Amino acid sequence: MIAVRYSRAPALLALGFLALALAAGFLPVLWMGAAQGFSRFDSYILRVLSFTLLQAGLSAAISIAIGLPLARALARRQDFPGRRLIVRLLNLPLALPAIVVIIGIIEVYGARGWLGGIFDIYGLQGILIAHVFFNFPLAARLLLAELERIPAESWKLSAQLGLKPFDIWRLVEWPQLKASLPGVALLIFLLCASSFAVVLTLGGGPSATTLEVAIYQALRADFDPQRASVLALVQLALCASLVLIAQGWGGLRPGAPPLRVMARRYDGRDTVSRAWDFALIAAALILLLPPLAAITISGLAQFNANGTLLRAAATSLGLGAASAALAFTLVWPLASQAARSPGWRRLSGLAVLAAWIVPPAVLATGWFIVLISGAGISGLAAFLVIAMNALMALPFVHHILAPAIAEQAAAYDRLCASLGVAGWNRFRYVDLPSLRRPAGLALVMALILSLGDLTAIALFGTQDFVTLPALIYRQMGSYRFDEAIGTALFLAIMVLILSTLAERWSAQK
Amino acid sequence: MIRLEQVTFRYEDMRMVFDAVFPRGSFTAIIGPSGGGKSTLLNLIAGFEAPDSGRVLIAGQDISGLPPDQRPVSFIFQDNNVFAHLDIWQNVAIGVAPSLKLDTAQRSRVDAALQEVGLAALVRRKPGEISGGERQRVAIARALVRHKPVLLLDEPFAALGPALRRDMLDLVKAMQQSRGLTVLMVSHQPEDAEYAATHTGFLEAGRIVALKPTAELLASTELPGLDAYLGGWRSTGR
Repeated sequence: MIAVRYSRAPALLALGFLALALAAGFLPVLWMGAAQGFSRFDSYILRVLSFTLLQAGLSAAISIAIGLPLARALARRQDFPGRRLIVRLLNLPLALPAIVVIIGIIEVYGARGWLGGIFDIYGLQGILIAHVFFNFPLAARLLLAELERIPAESWKLSAQLGLKPFDIWRLVEWPQLKASLPGVALLIFLLCASSFAVVLTLGGGPSATTLEVAIYQALRADFDPQRASVLALVQLALCASLVLIAQGWGGLRPGAPPLRVMARRYDGRDTVSRAWDFALIAAALILLLPPLAAITISGLAQFNANGTLLRAAATSLGLGAASAALAFTLVWPLASQAARSPGWRRLSGLAVLAAWIVPPAVLATGWFIVLISGAGISGLAAFLVIAMNALMALPFVHHILAPAIAEQAAAYDRLCASLGVAGWNRFRYVDLPSLRRPAGLALVMALILSLGDLTAIALFGTQDFVTLPALIYRQMGSYRFDEAIGTALFLAIMVLILSTLAERWSAQK
Repeated sequence: MIRLEQVTFRYEDMRMVFDAVFPRGSFTAIIGPSGGGKSTLLNLIAGFEAPDSGRVLIAGQDISGLPPDQRPVSFIFQDNNVFAHLDIWQNVAIGVAPSLKLDTAQRSRVDAALQEVGLAALVRRKPGEISGGERQRVAIARALVRHKPVLLLDEPFAALGPALRRDMLDLVKAMQQSRGLTVLMVSHQPEDAEYAATHTGFLEAGRIVALKPTAELLASTELPGLDAYLGGWRSTGR
């Protein structure tokens, strides 16, 4: 291994910024929370904690109970008409802004929805429906990727030995899935335990709220930073331990795994297997399609481009661009160091998970406490939203940039060292041109995440500072649900155009 | 005896045509450049690929339409021949009964096969705990208990060193002779062919260009493709 000098200053600055943002988040929470002692740890907090765990546990269990058989069916039916399209459809619920999907779910399952209210959409049932809608496709995607890693020889061997479907499940599929199942369950549990938009919109008062939303209510509705800090302490302990467990287990990987060419399979050609797989895939589509169709159909009927909508769209784009730039500026130097030193790799791998370890509402609590004692927040709202969105985008940006940068380092480091190309020259003439594509993709990804974010804007937004998701939430809250659907469709189209462009661009060679 | 009658198969831009006979009890090595269709030839015989036209016959019976498990064939791959979570004994036993429920006679067949390939001491180990060569021995033991008249090997020992490769070839040769198997082995090593195979076929661009007794084929000079493939091996390799 050749020692390549690569300036550490930018990475140290990025790390310093992250440390400051995190410290400003959790130190005041620790301090104020500890000052409250256990006196504020009352039955309300216990109830919120147990509801958080209950809904996250049930959501993860149901998502896997649906996602696992679906993954198996999709893996076995390689020639299913439209299979690629269905697999791509599975990415959609998490690719769309949460608030948009929630609007679709309410339009289908809500009291005045297409299905005429067969469920109570508010409370535990509604939260579960929404969380399962988001996460069963995620479970299916992750487990499908796992099944696709089974070597071709295993399928040939199974065919030659004449293994029956149950034998194949026992001997080939289950052993492959077994190792990754706890990680998938943990990821979904974590996503649901810190989910904000779903619980905010579908939760039913104090009996069906989670820590994340309870913190928001304590801060924004009750102006009670003391209570918020105790809740935040509990949430911090929960999320930090979940993330650290997951990291120890092999790591949290954000984003959908790539499609790969799957080894040819010879099993599942009998009528029973076929019928079973078709039924499973059809059932998944019946779950998946109606809310997406609802946004499109009802949204088109209700769409109305007025000044408020366009102003909110401009605000969203401006904030999104700024937070994408910030996330990029933080990740690039970290990933550059990580590509060249194992120590930095561990450090930056953990640093980019900052917003998962210290979830947004906890950060917000700390920032509130700091700023209330100082200047107040209204003037700083935009900066806080940008910073928080950037923090939330870090894992995704890192996921795209880090492998590309590592590959590029391996290819050019020795050449650059021998030519004496370093520092700014290297960035300008070597790194940036050869990494244009992943860099662009990472920026668009961060922009999309920020466009769909309701958490930061709900925590810091004001009457005159409104993004598209905040506008949708406001329209829902003031009995203008029809307008909310129109806005949701507008936001969905914006996000889909951006992600399609990014995908096209990254697919070109 | 394996007979391929005008078996055609199209893969991407290449149209392959195989028309050949491998006599009963023969040991044939298949050599030739990468991407020429060597593995496809084995896959067509084993039933992992279906021919576009033509017939595959084993011992006079047309097997073209049969699924892989109903063909009288065992297959040894370069790797992934074993199920990682089953122990060595179970990995062989699954060749007798996929349910892994064996009666006494079947159990002793498994034990005897493991004895024969020299793995009797390792039966309770998992594949991750033994060497690459030992894992290939597991595959050979399984082929033994399956007791099929045709054995196909696709670059089975490519990842092993020269001495170990000879040992494995000895094992396969002994097995072939004692059971009268028809063996077809794809290899990139002409010395493997020279060491173990009675016949060798040269396969190029989807055709078996020549199929002769090994010494004769490796010495023949009228095939330009073979010259290019072997390069300097003939003068320096021995």
